[in-house]
Amino acid sequence: MESIEARFKLDWPGFSLDVDIRLPGRGVTALFGHSGSGKTTLLRCLAGLENPSCGRLVFKGKIWQDDNTWLPTHHRPIGYVFQEASLFPHLSVLGNLHYGQKRSGSASRVSLDTAIELLGIGHLLGRKPDSLSGGERQRVGMARALAVGPEILLMDEPLAALDLKRKKEILPYLERLHDELDIPVIYVSHSPDEVARLADHIVAMDGGRVVAHGPLGETLARLDLPIRLGEDAGVVLDATIGEIDAQWHLARVDFPGGNLWTRDHDLPVGRKVRVRVLARDVSLTLDDPGRSSIQNVHPAVVEAVADDDHPANRLVRVTLGETRLLSRLTRRAVEQLGIVPGLPVRVQVKSVALME
Amino acid sequence: MLTDTDLQAIWLTVRLAALTTFILFFIGTPIAWWLARTRSWWKGPFGAVVALPLVLPPSVLGFYLLLAMGPNGPVGQFTQSLGWGTLPFTFWGLVVASVFYSLPFMVQPLQNAFEAIGERPLEVAATLRASPFDTFFSVVLPLARPGFVTAGILSFAHTVGEFGVVLMIGGNIPGVTRVASVQIYDHVEAMEYADAHRLSAVMLAFSFAVLLGMYMRRNTPRKEA
Repeated sequence: MESIEARFKLDWPGFSLDVDIRLPGRGVTALFGHSGSGKTTLLRCLAGLENPSCGRLVFKGKIWQDDNTWLPTHHRPIGYVFQEASLFPHLSVLGNLHYGQKRSGSASRVSLDTAIELLGIGHLLGRKPDSLSGGERQRVGMARALAVGPEILLMDEPLAALDLKRKKEILPYLERLHDELDIPVIYVSHSPDEVARLADHIVAMDGGRVVAHGPLGETLARLDLPIRLGEDAGVVLDATIGEIDAQWHLARVDFPGGNLWTRDHDLPVGRKVRVRVLARDVSLTLDDPGRSSIQNVHPAVVEAVADDDHPANRLVRVTLGETRLLSRLTRRAVEQLGIVPGLPVRVQVKSVALME
Repeated sequence: MLTDTDLQAIWLTVRLAALTTFILFFIGTPIAWWLARTRSWWKGPFGAVVALPLVLPPSVLGFYLLLAMGPNGPVGQFTQSLGWGTLPFTFWGLVVASVFYSLPFMVQPLQNAFEAIGERPLEVAATLRASPFDTFFSVVLPLARPGFVTAGILSFAHTVGEFGVVLMIGGNIPGVTRVASVQIYDHVEAMEYADAHRLSAVMLAFSFAVLLGMYMRRNTPRKEA
């Protein structure tokens, strides 16, 4: 009942979408894939902006679309954030926020004030969209989508049109949305970094089909992930700040089965964080490494070995207690060290990206 | 200065042009919206029909309208059955003819304005709970406002300049169908060149002022959102 059941078939010249999936009714679900993979089209189908020839969409027990039902977009309790903020140029920021809010009536779950506060746009309300920076516009676009009090938030690559600086400006707000909203968010992205930061659940798409989906940590740790992540292959761990070493500006993040030292981000002990460990930053040794610049060294066990994108490389999955890491090794190293499932090894983790 | 009949002709022209433009807003807007949005096969033929007055000699248009509105034409039969008599050689006959004559000048700027808005603002409005009808008034009309101003000015000015159609449909009845352009023609026919000069100068000044206003407005830089 609490999930979103989506089945769409759509045939265009040169592109087809064929999806039958159950999306979780809470948390952030990333629709991930390269351009042309159909992720935006799927999102538009959810919003009713595309009318697929054959489709069925059941949102938490309510039928939005099937053979006999078609709920038009303006009757769906959605919030939609477009890739370009697409603010109405003839209205002020506040006018844009009011536009949807006053049409959504009392259904508002997240009030206008909350939306303004959450996105930090209180000082922009009187401005016209054409006087805002790209990042500000996108924040207003998000607040506008939230101000209608949606039951689900659909976001189409809200960061894609922004440069790196603006992205960094917006990410904290997105992370706040993730923490503070109790509605499901469907987030379209082609950026592994955004997905690692924001998503709880991932739906990987390719050629208009869903090729893998599941909880983020579990799915990223798969060796047979059919989408090529290349340099971005790696895992995401839910961890807690366990200790701060003020002298060396380091913080220890603890996760079931181990811990890693990383740069201190001024986060208090006990804070829940997400850390991303890329496969290219993890190496394996059979012996104790002795004196090494890599200080995150832990005993682990090889669980599986698989081919990587490039024929020179292999991906090795190891377990530290209940936590899994991926390591990218050369095929030669795997041969010469005799790395096979069940082998006890030591993992060396060179760097860790910490995400609040 | 201008004679009383000149003033009468100018006043009649203004009334005719204003009324025509007013009616055209209501007729031209849905046509332009349909032409801007449709993917129907009929877009081509229908667009061509709307544009016909641009290339058709006004006398041809006037001739067909005269036949249609005359006692034996379909429009004429209809108006007679309603007890209105026939439209040719009446002010309302001129209005109907002017609506046809100036239709492309209303439809084309509007169609361009609607097409320039694109799909996105309509989709945004839909995700913000606005019905298509609501969207038209709350998003499309404000965004297409420059198009409406241009269309209104062009329709008005074009109706003011109409001559051939008026002669065919309206004839030359003082106070009823004798508009400024016909009045000038009369002056010239009667060798009253001084009168023709004065009235022509007024028309010239008016036309130039209208176009000047429009081009100045267009050249004012407007920021894109």
